Amino acid sequence: MAEIANPIFLKPLAAPGADMGQAITFGEKQPLSLDSGRTLAPFTVAFMTYGELNRAKSNAVMVCHALTGDQFAASRHPVTGKRGWWDMMIGSGKPIDTDRFFVICPNVIGGCMGTTGPADNDPATGRPFGLSFPLITIRDMVRAQAMLLDALGIERVLCVLGGSMGGMQVLQWAASFPDRLVSAVPIAAAARHSAQNIAFHEVGRQAILADPEWRNGEYALHGTNPSKGLAVARMAAHITYLSEAALQRKFGRALQNRNTFSFAFEPDFQIESYLHHQGISFVDRFDANSYLYITRAMDYFDLAADYGSLAKAFRGSGTRFCIVSFTSDWLFPTAENKRIAHALNAAAANVSFVEIETDRGHDSFLLDEPELFATIRAFLGSVATRAGIA
Amino acid sequence: MIPRTRGMRPDLAAIASLIAPGARVLDVGCGEGDLLEHLVIEKQVDGRGIELSQQNVNACVGRGLSVVQGDADTDLADYPSSVFDVVILSQTIQATRSPRSVLQHLLRIGGKTIVSFPNFGHWRIRFALLLEGRMPRTAALGYHWYETPNIHLCTITDFAQLVHENGARIESAFALSQKGRTRRMATDAWGPNLFAQGAIFVLTKS
Repeated sequence: MAEIANPIFLKPLAAPGADMGQAITFGEKQPLSLDSGRTLAPFTVAFMTYGELNRAKSNAVMVCHALTGDQFAASRHPVTGKRGWWDMMIGSGKPIDTDRFFVICPNVIGGCMGTTGPADNDPATGRPFGLSFPLITIRDMVRAQAMLLDALGIERVLCVLGGSMGGMQVLQWAASFPDRLVSAVPIAAAARHSAQNIAFHEVGRQAILADPEWRNGEYALHGTNPSKGLAVARMAAHITYLSEAALQRKFGRALQNRNTFSFAFEPDFQIESYLHHQGISFVDRFDANSYLYITRAMDYFDLAADYGSLAKAFRGSGTRFCIVSFTSDWLFPTAENKRIAHALNAAAANVSFVEIETDRGHDSFLLDEPELFATIRAFLGSVATRAGIA
Repeated sequence: MIPRTRGMRPDLAAIASLIAPGARVLDVGCGEGDLLEHLVIEKQVDGRGIELSQQNVNACVGRGLSVVQGDADTDLADYPSSVFDVVILSQTIQATRSPRSVLQHLLRIGGKTIVSFPNFGHWRIRFALLLEGRMPRTAALGYHWYETPNIHLCTITDFAQLVHENGARIESAFALSQKGRTRRMATDAWGPNLFAQGAIFVLTKS
């Protein structure tokens, strides 16, 4: 039997009074079977919940986080103290209304916020896993989430939602467990990682691997941290989350705290200084090895290859889908989302597809986008009403 | 049902009355979802829509409807055969690039296909061309020739011909008057082709 406990692993980092959420540890008898052929046992899944589970356990909504997200979707982050990454989306009276729904947001397997990942100790050696941690896939993340639901006694969720890598998990959920979700909302997602996506990830990984402080993944044992490499990885990735138009509008060629060029390699431009800030603030809350593992999981994702075709992945699905894309997202562009919609049509699935016009790029799913909120509110509302949720 | 259909376009109200409760319905070119919403609420259909305008699609999803952005000319090919009880194409066929192929897909996808369109054989249209020598502009077809999206207009006789050529059967057909009244019509008679503002055809595979 899984045990539910407050995670102690985060305590040294935690801001005073921060809600650490919950964690479930699955023992040796409940191993996580991985796509790589290896198993993980014991392992822990850390998660946050918002709202109340109704008596019929029919109002559960699962929220899947993106690459660098975590379970703190709608509560203060214990490390940074910042508000939750989907604070505008989840809460009382918000599109994912916690007065109506019980929201579960787990940290993915391989993550570094309480769910077992490469930074945790390998029980076999008593030392951090590092590179001995097994490679994981999006499907492995979803398997762990399904085990979490089992442990919570929730057979079926009303909806699984997520953006970017979260959207990949949503698609995998719909393919792996069609009977366990009433509806699915993949936002700014794709059914496969493209060559360009993989290329950007590889740049990030090589930045980490090239940092001498990385120490072949055993930086924890050496008391070092490849923070420079991880910061560069984050900087490169962050560019892909924004659109050219948004960068131009926000920064243009404006200089940072100066009137003339430094004629040196100082951060002259505001965009440089902004990226530096993004990089530096990231390393305080994210583990470099986790970054390697999770980016790899995204690279391996290709639903069509796993099932023969994308339509076959969803054949016979009774799940109701709402696909959302953003016009200026060039990382997970509308065309990729449309492929999913076409495949769902071919599988005769119930699908809606909304493309939202914005110039803010891939990260739009995290931003104040009224049309996104309206879409989620209406879709979830209609799904809930049809399911008889008060 | 009557209060609900008040305010709905007359051809849509007529189409709605032809659909059985609980049917699986695909509305191709569903606009802002007026018909679809009516069918979902009043007839508990399993309703889906395809709509070209993204703005309209977002409005539909905002009403809780299942609608995808798509083009009847290209995207119907994705759908498997015979998955819907009824497929609706209202006031759209004249704006498609390839009406014949669209019609073939509709017949393939649906058990029953309902098509409504403006009748280009209406006497006002004939007169406009005959007496004024101008491209006709009417209440139903209000565009100038150079900006109209209606690139494949047809008469009731023309459409009946296309149906027969594609081996489909006309289960029933209705003439739409300018005032929005519908009455059953014979598709091979000269009267409706001259006096009906629009037409609704209910087709099945023969």
